[in-house]
Amino acid sequence: MTKSITQEPLNYLNHKTGLWSWLTSTDHKRIGLLYLYSITIFFCTAAVLGLLMRIEKMAPGQTIMTAQTYNGMFTIHGIIMVFIVVIPGLAAVFGNIMLPIMIGAKDVAFPKLNLFSWYVFITGAMLGLYSQFANGHSPDTGWTFYVPYSAQASSNVVIALTAAFVLGFASILTGLNFIVTIHRMRAPGMTWFRMPLFPWSLYATAWIQLLATPIVGITLLMVIAERTFHIGFFDPALGGDPVLYQHLFWIYSHPAVYVMILPAMGVVTEIFPTFSQKPVFGYVPIVFSSMAIALVGYFVWGHHMFTSGISYESRWFFSFLTFLVAIPSAIKVFNWLSTMYGGSVDLKPPLLYAISFIFLFTIGGFTGLTLGSLATNIQLHNTDFVVAHFHYIIFGGMGFAFFAGIHYWFPKIYGRMYNFKWANISWGFLFVGFNLLYFPLFIIGIQGMPRRYFDYDPKFQMGESLSTIGAFILITGFIGMITNLIYHSRKGAIAPANPWHGVTLEWQIPSPPPHENFDEIPIITHEPYRFDNPYTK
Amino acid sequence: MSTTEHSEFIDSDTGKMGMWLFLFTELFLFGGLFIVYAVMRSKYAADFHHAALELNAFVGATNTVVLLVSSMTVAMSLTAIQQKRGGKAMGLLFITLLLAGVFMVNKYFEWGHKFSLHLYPGSDVMQTLPHGEIMFFGLYFMMTGLHLLHVIIGGVLLTVVLFKINSGKINSEHYLLQENGALYWHLVDLIWIFLFPLLYLIT
Repeated sequence: MTKSITQEPLNYLNHKTGLWSWLTSTDHKRIGLLYLYSITIFFCTAAVLGLLMRIEKMAPGQTIMTAQTYNGMFTIHGIIMVFIVVIPGLAAVFGNIMLPIMIGAKDVAFPKLNLFSWYVFITGAMLGLYSQFANGHSPDTGWTFYVPYSAQASSNVVIALTAAFVLGFASILTGLNFIVTIHRMRAPGMTWFRMPLFPWSLYATAWIQLLATPIVGITLLMVIAERTFHIGFFDPALGGDPVLYQHLFWIYSHPAVYVMILPAMGVVTEIFPTFSQKPVFGYVPIVFSSMAIALVGYFVWGHHMFTSGISYESRWFFSFLTFLVAIPSAIKVFNWLSTMYGGSVDLKPPLLYAISFIFLFTIGGFTGLTLGSLATNIQLHNTDFVVAHFHYIIFGGMGFAFFAGIHYWFPKIYGRMYNFKWANISWGFLFVGFNLLYFPLFIIGIQGMPRRYFDYDPKFQMGESLSTIGAFILITGFIGMITNLIYHSRKGAIAPANPWHGVTLEWQIPSPPPHENFDEIPIITHEPYRFDNPYTK
Repeated sequence: MSTTEHSEFIDSDTGKMGMWLFLFTELFLFGGLFIVYAVMRSKYAADFHHAALELNAFVGATNTVVLLVSSMTVAMSLTAIQQKRGGKAMGLLFITLLLAGVFMVNKYFEWGHKFSLHLYPGSDVMQTLPHGEIMFFGLYFMMTGLHLLHVIIGGVLLTVVLFKINSGKINSEHYLLQENGALYWHLVDLIWIFLFPLLYLIT
């Protein structure tokens, strides 16, 4: 160990050094950071693909790439963003780093399995990248792999399917680990209803990961068998049924949307009470709405298939359930706003991101209802309206919640503080750029612009060009944000243990946390979010 | 090292809970195939009836008995280790693995017979069959194939357990891995108990 005059206290970042100590660490905090860094790299890759697609659509006609390249790009953009970035995203990064600390445990239930999951994840991610570049035939099916095209296309579909299967396996193992951790590792005295709400949202998420992912696993295996052995389950020429594929795919992939958004809701639910210095409004309804979203979200997959020729009865049934799932989401929005009401609101960067999460998520939610209505769906199906709705939920919702989370827990993770002014300016660019990028797509979508087209009618040029300008502003904001964070993770001012006066357990230990989190396992005597409790004073 | 590393010890109840959850995901994996089976069976009831006659219920029943007995021996092996009788535990595990081998040999001949009749996905004979029969044989190979993969994984797992008993790492105090291995083996058995009537008995 190097000797210096002002020796830092030992923590999880410096108690062992060297790349090898990171790659073999079973410490949940280090594994969380491994996820954070790898996911950030993949996010940047897919974001660049997104930007290239936007540049292509700057003007009508071919500008920088051929139609086939464009098809490959939106497919790989989708596969990376959905399976590698947003599905693992919040749960694997902040879940790993914060879940054990927030429930007063020294680690997750299965630390070795946790590290193994990361390696499975990286294997899947590498396969995904490989499918893009091998033999120059990037998959062009879209991330949904719809048959019959995915069973016939000559591109690297099998590799991409295998990648998605392997990534699903990593997701299952993480979910399994979290469920057992929450059941078995809570600190003494922490009853279910004394558990903070971020762990609650992870609990709901983990059940979806566990119960829905195997279905997409077997479905992808069936498509692989279809391609390699001509097994014919989805091929009408052999008696199969392509619509059956859509059912099986969305049985997983709709709940997967809630795998993405539930932890995001959990993150902002931590932020609102802290920056209002007020207990969260309606703890129990938030818990039950998380579980309700997980449950009902399992039964709404049919709304992706309103135009696929399913029966009238199943259409109104799935439409009804889709409306039903909006209720628990709305309960949460109501709770967040009421938490701020009458509190001493402190508009620091994490809260800024959290409030913009509500704004963007609400727009995404309302347009989701537009798509869930049977009549409007027929007009809007497979248009840019869907693209805009999806990005408002996933990027505006999950993405902004991720940014909120990283600004909230950054001082805890690195023990240093970022520059607030820089963070606020970056937020401005991100927020303006985001809305400029995606809002025009709602309008041209209603006017009839289909999704996944590399070219368009000149009458859509206004919307498409504005959208491309928005993409550049968004990227500028992202670069500003990430530079601020990377620079200040090493050079920032030393952060105190509890810079935001939070009351959950992670703020009661030093920043960065020691290797084993707690010298002594805390004993919990009261519910979370009590701002009059002795620990905060 | 030992003072700074996290504890390596996993509590037995925690470990078993993890295994049970994992088994649920395995059931859901096969669940996807059961959905396809249900859809296709209702669509092509007559073809399924006809195609199922092609399968030899006697071979299927033999394999069912073989797996059921192997489930018994794996459970007996666990009891033996709890009673500190490592030798007996290893012997019973060996019988379990032997039975797994019998199952696979049986399966080999069964599949081989289908192949000799050109009844496999993508074959020339298959193209001429009615749609429902193509679906039936596709499901037959996919379901029994995936199950066979699980037999192999379970066999590897139990072999590891066998060696760990031999080296004393699994003993009457710490037998979580053996317990989980046995649970996995019961799952392999359980899935077969569903596959057997669906493919062989319902004609």
